[in-house]
Amino acid sequence: MKRTSKETAQSARRITRRGLILGGLQLGFAGVLATRMRHMQVDQADEFRLLAEENRINIRLLPPARGRLFDREGRIIADNAPAYRITLVPEDADDVEAVIHRLAHLIELDDDAIERALAEVRRSAAPFLPVTIADRVSWEAVSRVAVNAPALPGVAPEVGLSRIYPLRELYAHVAGYVGPVSERDLARYEDPPPLLRIPRFQIGKVGIELHHEETLRGHAGTKRVEVNATGRVMREIDRREGEAGGDMQLTVDNALQEYVQARLGEESASVVVMDLEHGDLLAIASAPSYDPNKFVRGISIADYALLRDNDHRPLASKTVQDAYPPGSTFKMCTALAALEAGVIGPDDTVFCPGSYQVGTRTFRCWKRGGHGHMNLEASMRESCDVYYYDLALKVGIENIAAMARKLGLGSAPDVPMSAVTDGLVPDIEWKQRVRNQGWRIGDTVNASIGQGDILTSPLQLAVMTARIATGRSIEPRLVRRIDGVETPSRAGEDLGLNPQYLRWIWRSMHAVMNDRRGTGYGSRVEAEGMAMAGKSGTAQVLNRVVKNDEVPWEERDHALFVSFAPSDNPRIAVSVVVEHGGGGSAAAAPIARDVTLQALYGGKPPLDAYPSSQRTRIEAQQERLERERRLRLAEERSRA
Amino acid sequence: MSYLEYNVKTVPSGWRKILYLNWPMVVLLSAIAGVGFLMLYSVAGGSFSPWAEPQMKRYVLGLTAMFVVALVPIWFWRNMAVLAYLGALGLLVLVEFFGTVGMGAQRWIDLGFMRLQPSEVMKIALVMILAAYYDWLPLRRTSHPFWVLLPVVLILLPTGLVLTQPDLGTALLLTFAGALMMFLAGVHWLYFAVVLGIGAGTIRMVFESRGTEWQLLKDYQFRRIDTFLDPSSDPLGAGYHITQAKIAMGSGGWTGKGFMQGTQSRLNFLPEKHTDFIFNTLAEEFGFIGGMSLLGLYILVLAFCLVSALANRDRFSSLLTLGVGLTFFLYFAVNMSMVMGLAPVVGVPLPLVSYGGSAMLVLMIAFGLVQSAHIHRPR
Repeated sequence: MKRTSKETAQSARRITRRGLILGGLQLGFAGVLATRMRHMQVDQADEFRLLAEENRINIRLLPPARGRLFDREGRIIADNAPAYRITLVPEDADDVEAVIHRLAHLIELDDDAIERALAEVRRSAAPFLPVTIADRVSWEAVSRVAVNAPALPGVAPEVGLSRIYPLRELYAHVAGYVGPVSERDLARYEDPPPLLRIPRFQIGKVGIELHHEETLRGHAGTKRVEVNATGRVMREIDRREGEAGGDMQLTVDNALQEYVQARLGEESASVVVMDLEHGDLLAIASAPSYDPNKFVRGISIADYALLRDNDHRPLASKTVQDAYPPGSTFKMCTALAALEAGVIGPDDTVFCPGSYQVGTRTFRCWKRGGHGHMNLEASMRESCDVYYYDLALKVGIENIAAMARKLGLGSAPDVPMSAVTDGLVPDIEWKQRVRNQGWRIGDTVNASIGQGDILTSPLQLAVMTARIATGRSIEPRLVRRIDGVETPSRAGEDLGLNPQYLRWIWRSMHAVMNDRRGTGYGSRVEAEGMAMAGKSGTAQVLNRVVKNDEVPWEERDHALFVSFAPSDNPRIAVSVVVEHGGGGSAAAAPIARDVTLQALYGGKPPLDAYPSSQRTRIEAQQERLERERRLRLAEERSRA
Repeated sequence: MSYLEYNVKTVPSGWRKILYLNWPMVVLLSAIAGVGFLMLYSVAGGSFSPWAEPQMKRYVLGLTAMFVVALVPIWFWRNMAVLAYLGALGLLVLVEFFGTVGMGAQRWIDLGFMRLQPSEVMKIALVMILAAYYDWLPLRRTSHPFWVLLPVVLILLPTGLVLTQPDLGTALLLTFAGALMMFLAGVHWLYFAVVLGIGAGTIRMVFESRGTEWQLLKDYQFRRIDTFLDPSSDPLGAGYHITQAKIAMGSGGWTGKGFMQGTQSRLNFLPEKHTDFIFNTLAEEFGFIGGMSLLGLYILVLAFCLVSALANRDRFSSLLTLGVGLTFFLYFAVNMSMVMGLAPVVGVPLPLVSYGGSAMLVLMIAFGLVQSAHIHRPR
């Protein structure tokens, strides 16, 4: 078949036409591609660049060092210590199981821990992410791992910071402790800071650690890393260090706090020592205490049960959390209310026959035989109840309650501790509202000697005493400096109490301690210018007639004592509560005196500050405490 | 046949043929392949292995094949067209039974030294058979229904086989290439209008078949289409790839992030960065300018094909040259549309740049045919 030249020309024409059309279409499509490319790479370039950066860059938070806590002399209370853990990168270990078993041999992991580690490796999201095999390992274990590194491919020690309380039980109730962030912690925030999501991040759980969490936590640093599509970190781009949390200096004097804790020993008791210049809490101790470090690590169930089931309640922060009837320590309050109301003078007397009749009810004085004729000073000195029954009826509950509130009772003191109680100052309105009962005259009588519904915490008693001693609305101050900045003094304003009346109260309290007939005479101070003024109290636990030493411990009365010293120029106020200790003058006053002297002398007081008859016993006690202290120090050194 | 009318003596002979090669086109193809080596070197993190080096070897092999094919007179190749077509068809049938499964589809036969994709061979064989067919067919019968039906059968036979692999991308390419060959040969435009209408109806039917028992596409093919239509519907699944590809391209900007500085490809956000999505690496590292340069090179190749074809008075040679250019165009047009988010991801490589043996070898042989047509053109 031969093609004619006419046909060839026709074919060429047709191909040319169609070829050019197609070529045009192709060029047109290339134009579409170019336009699209231009749109994406020029017009939308910025958006895509942003997306590429978001892809590539991961921001990791760097946990800041937590602010530390110091006592007023700079002794460290809460510190950050390096915490080592051993991690394994599964993809770097050829045989994960073999490596873990070799590791277990080196750092003494038990079978449980091995099993957990293997499970952790299996759960791991990506083989290049490190898995923690052992947490909180010792430095020795870390060095053993480092030495054997060639036999442990993929194993690396990592270091982070963990909270440590070097003074252990001394500040458990004050400083509190930190722990891993829980769902409940997160729930407190509307928008939880991302810092809290860092694994192993520690957050304040109770005490100052909780209340000053924001100050102590600091601000996270950031590290920008480049990651690939699977999330593996390729390199670090840059790093902005965080801001460490603010250090805090407490008002507590560690030497005194340590003495107090030792002095309380095995008692279930609490002591508050308050400085009268700024309201500084020089010591605030609750015994027995516990080691907060255990909680940081995560306390074992057995250890926790031991603390929980102890009838001396080591977990309770008794100084602020527990409220007791103040007993006779409340009498200053009743007396001041009466003086201010003008219903009595200091020399007006009341006859005490041993009991007091109100309508058909009989109220007894603790002294069955009666005290005879009592004026203000004598009634305070000998703690006559009838005198105050009479006073109370003259002045009325509203005046007494108002005075109690003025002296700091009935509302929680502003301290950064946990579970601070309001206590309770009952009045007519309260009883109607809460009990739905009318106020009865007997209630006033009971309240006058600090019994009945009235409740106070040891800290409130100290504040009350401090206010009586200064006449000012002094408040407790627990934090002295935050990040080097002094917190305001809490000396407070003048309460507007008549100075004359205050002096009468002071004189009466002085007599309690220094008059031969005073209930606190046994705990007097003989040193010049160091005399104490105080008041004992006994809070009934059960209404009964038998003596304290004839009933089981938990049924005995609480012993209370409040004091300030020196009585002519007060510098400190002290409150002591010994749970189930029996009578205040016998169980609490000696502790108050020892603590007062320790505080006033700034250390061990000379023996001649004590009455000569007691010196042998005191010397023995001092020696015992000193011996125990040395033992504790030796134990601490051996642990470190 | 029609060659008898040419003065064969004016056609260069022996080694002198090399002088008459379309050298600019050789340079263009090498430049495009060079871009490929550069990008393969880059995506391997600055290393010749595992991609750049084998690719270079293949290119040398392809170039050699091109020269060999070029030196053989074009009339020999025309006579081989039927054989090539039947051979490719045979391979397609073979791959159904002995093919190696990869990416969920039967696509290649392992020859030991390379993996042969029969569908790639078919692309060129189809162009050859259609060019030969229209060379043989008297011009006046071009639009006769019977003589239109015959090439349609020639096109649909391999398309059907490829579709069962299943390789939707190649099937579409074959159909387009065949249809456009018929268009070039001068088939009346009304046929195309009718087919386009039917095509639109078919697409509708395909979508309607979804979820029914007679579903025409595999689920993953439907998902690809979904993803194409709305990549954000599945940002972490199938849409992830196209989203990341677009980020790579867009973030390149005017001038790109610099050679080997493309974060999207270097950090593996970009999928298939050495094969289907290699253009995005180029666009990311060399920006709009880089992307346009490659597009420019491709267009120049097309232009040279067009010029060569129009200057050739031999019908077979013209149609073949235009057909090869067309196939080449369909490759890069579909690939680029796909990586720019203009078309669904169907798995079409970027010609001469994407890492892969069969496609490159087949394309170089095809350009060998173009060269042969160029050398042996009637003068």
